[in-house]
Amino acid sequence: MSDPPIAHASQFDNASQQRESATFGMWIFLATEVLFFGAMFLGYTVYRLAYPAAFAAASRHTLLAFGGTNTAVLLISSATMAFAIRAAREKRRTALAVRLLLTAALGTLFLGIKGFEYTREISEHLLPGASFHFDLPYANHAEMFFYLYFLMTGIHALHVAIGVVLIAIFGFRAWRTDAFVRNDTAVDLLGLYWHFVDIVWVFLFPLIYLVERHS
Amino acid sequence: MNQTPAGKRFLFTAVALLGLLALTIGAAYVNLGPFNTIAAMTISVTKAALIVVFFMEIRGRSPVIWVALATGLFWLGIMFALSMSDFMMRGWK
Repeated sequence: MSDPPIAHASQFDNASQQRESATFGMWIFLATEVLFFGAMFLGYTVYRLAYPAAFAAASRHTLLAFGGTNTAVLLISSATMAFAIRAAREKRRTALAVRLLLTAALGTLFLGIKGFEYTREISEHLLPGASFHFDLPYANHAEMFFYLYFLMTGIHALHVAIGVVLIAIFGFRAWRTDAFVRNDTAVDLLGLYWHFVDIVWVFLFPLIYLVERHS
Repeated sequence: MNQTPAGKRFLFTAVALLGLLALTIGAAYVNLGPFNTIAAMTISVTKAALIVVFFMEIRGRSPVIWVALATGLFWLGIMFALSMSDFMMRGWK
């Protein structure tokens, strides 16, 4: 390769060792995130086994059309992110910027749809608390479903929001400078984070929107 | 978009993921008893595997990355196994 070598910090032997270390760090962070979200999934599992009828009734009150659309939006955004990483690797600056900004736009669309769902649910008194109302004898158990729903989707949405901000910043930086075509490690790591956020939603979606839909 | 083999791979992965999304919604409307949840989780695991393999490109990565991934899943397994064995043995409600 005729490119100048990538600069590396003094604690590393060379640029590839630096890259390996950064990538390892991101995967360790994702492993801690698996356990962070895992604890909430565990809570969901315990309460769903305890209150199956209430969880089924409560799940039918979630907006499947919006949740399904949002799943598609997030899956497509993972594909655009994979294409962005490819562009960074091939040193195509404009393609990288466009694909990052497209990914950020899809993430924003996801948050918009989620916000609309929250608005509907709050107006239907499904937000746990003093004004919670559910027309069935096991309202307290349904409230637990909605508590977990708002907690898990809320923390997931926080992750999406952080991702959108970072991806947009990276997109503008790719547009204005050649930082990422010189060294694409940061884009690769941001992509790993974004794909992880997508995976969390892949598990959240059926557990929230699809409980006993057939009955 | 990019029509290199990698580009095609991303497109096929995206199409497969959207197909599995349609499948999981369709399966939820068929009464399979307790297998509804099992089917949904099997499809979710498949989708996650597609993302890890084709988007996160786990195959080209070094052994330490595999260790990080395996460690996360291993401890998740411990958390679920020990907690659920406790909750299920107590008859807790």
